[in-house]
Amino acid sequence: MALKTWKELPIGCVVSEPGSASEYHTGSWRSQRPIWKNEKCIKCGICYVYCPEGCVQQTEDGFFQANLDYCKGCGICAHECWPHAISMVEEG
Amino acid sequence: MGKRIGMEVAVAVAEAVGLCNIDMAAVYPITPQSHIAEHLSDLVADGRIDAEFVTVESEHSAMSAVIGASGAGARSYTATSSQGLMYMHELLPIASAMRLPICMAIANRAVSGPLNILNDHTDIMPQRDSGWISIFVENGQEAIDMSIMSFKIAEHKDVMLPVNVNIDGFQLTHMVEPFEMPTQEEVNQFLPPFVPHATLHPSKPVTMGAFAMSDYFAEIMKAKDEAIKNSKKVIVDVWDEWAKMFGRKYQPVETYQVEDADVLMLTMGSMGETAQIAIDELRAKGVKAGLVKLRLWRPFPLAEIKAVLKNVKKLIVTDRAISFGGPGGPVFSEVKSALYAEAKRPLIYNYIYGLGGRDMAVKDFAGMFEKVLADTTNQESDTYEFWGVRE
Repeated sequence: MALKTWKELPIGCVVSEPGSASEYHTGSWRSQRPIWKNEKCIKCGICYVYCPEGCVQQTEDGFFQANLDYCKGCGICAHECWPHAISMVEEG
Repeated sequence: MGKRIGMEVAVAVAEAVGLCNIDMAAVYPITPQSHIAEHLSDLVADGRIDAEFVTVESEHSAMSAVIGASGAGARSYTATSSQGLMYMHELLPIASAMRLPICMAIANRAVSGPLNILNDHTDIMPQRDSGWISIFVENGQEAIDMSIMSFKIAEHKDVMLPVNVNIDGFQLTHMVEPFEMPTQEEVNQFLPPFVPHATLHPSKPVTMGAFAMSDYFAEIMKAKDEAIKNSKKVIVDVWDEWAKMFGRKYQPVETYQVEDADVLMLTMGSMGETAQIAIDELRAKGVKAGLVKLRLWRPFPLAEIKAVLKNVKKLIVTDRAISFGGPGGPVFSEVKSALYAEAKRPLIYNYIYGLGGRDMAVKDFAGMFEKVLADTTNQESDTYEFWGVRE
């Protein structure tokens, strides 16, 4: 999507499309990504509860994963995971 | 034609705002603005106007409340002074970035410390770059007229910016002056209903004040700068319309006895009237002195200032604030910068005066002229001096 010029901006930069923030992929900010070791995971969901972005999702088999379009790599999930099932890995 | 009445200026400003069909006001009282807050509150409580008066717990909340109300499409008003304005500071650029046509009176008062409740311009100057239209008035009549006109300017579809009207604290707010108060019918005729550029309403959800990163921030700043620069045309048009309807003409830069003047003085706010008396006295003695009054502080009237000042030999710029460790007073910096590219430009002298309510008599203004005219070697030009400070 081409970026708008200053003349094309709506007055006061009012955003008239509800939910359009989801088009902005904050995952581009990330320098580390969370990796789950499912053999250690007890499916308690603490990563899901603590994720400030709400980007941790539970899969059909009950384990968890991050939506990498939005995961900023903050590491809170890995910090809170007491069975140590999550590790933060540097992005290539 | 409105009735000629005598009234305290702060009360009259509230009366004038009461004629403007406001939907809400959120005003936290602070000396010397309090009578505006009190009287507006009375107007609502007595059922004289159909508006909400939101009793907020601080100026930060007052500005937040008018931002929210204006976003919802309400004609919104507030007023403050000094520390209250400083407390609003972080919200001022948000109001202008969201292009919300909020109107505000500032009863100008010195900023602490030391604590002082009296008049100067040290409260408005730190707000200079907040993207608000900023107007200075000289007397009670102007305070009323500008307060009413501020809604029409702010809400014009080509402007959509907040406006502050600077009314010198005590020197103006607490004076009982005679003036002509427009009638309700006249204001109804002058001021069209507020048509917001967008509103917060569940039937058509929008986001106001959204996040923007480096890919958009500069474009948004440019759009805001263009908007405030372009507002000058609307401001002048609205003032002209007022002149046609009420017979009182206002211009961004006003002049008095400038045509043949050897030395000019530039003032902003209520001190212009005292300076004008000094000009008359000097003229009677044969001194070719003249006066320039700056009414519009933002957008700064560059072209008008250049046109008036470029041919004079000496110019005295008076300031009621100081930029510590900088080039002098803020008005001085602005005027100097406006004239820099001119082939012919005056020697400029800067006096910082009337700080914290220090009284200024006619002889003080005359003294400035005499001092500048006596400076035959031009050594004092391009410097600033605290007028009347004890050495």
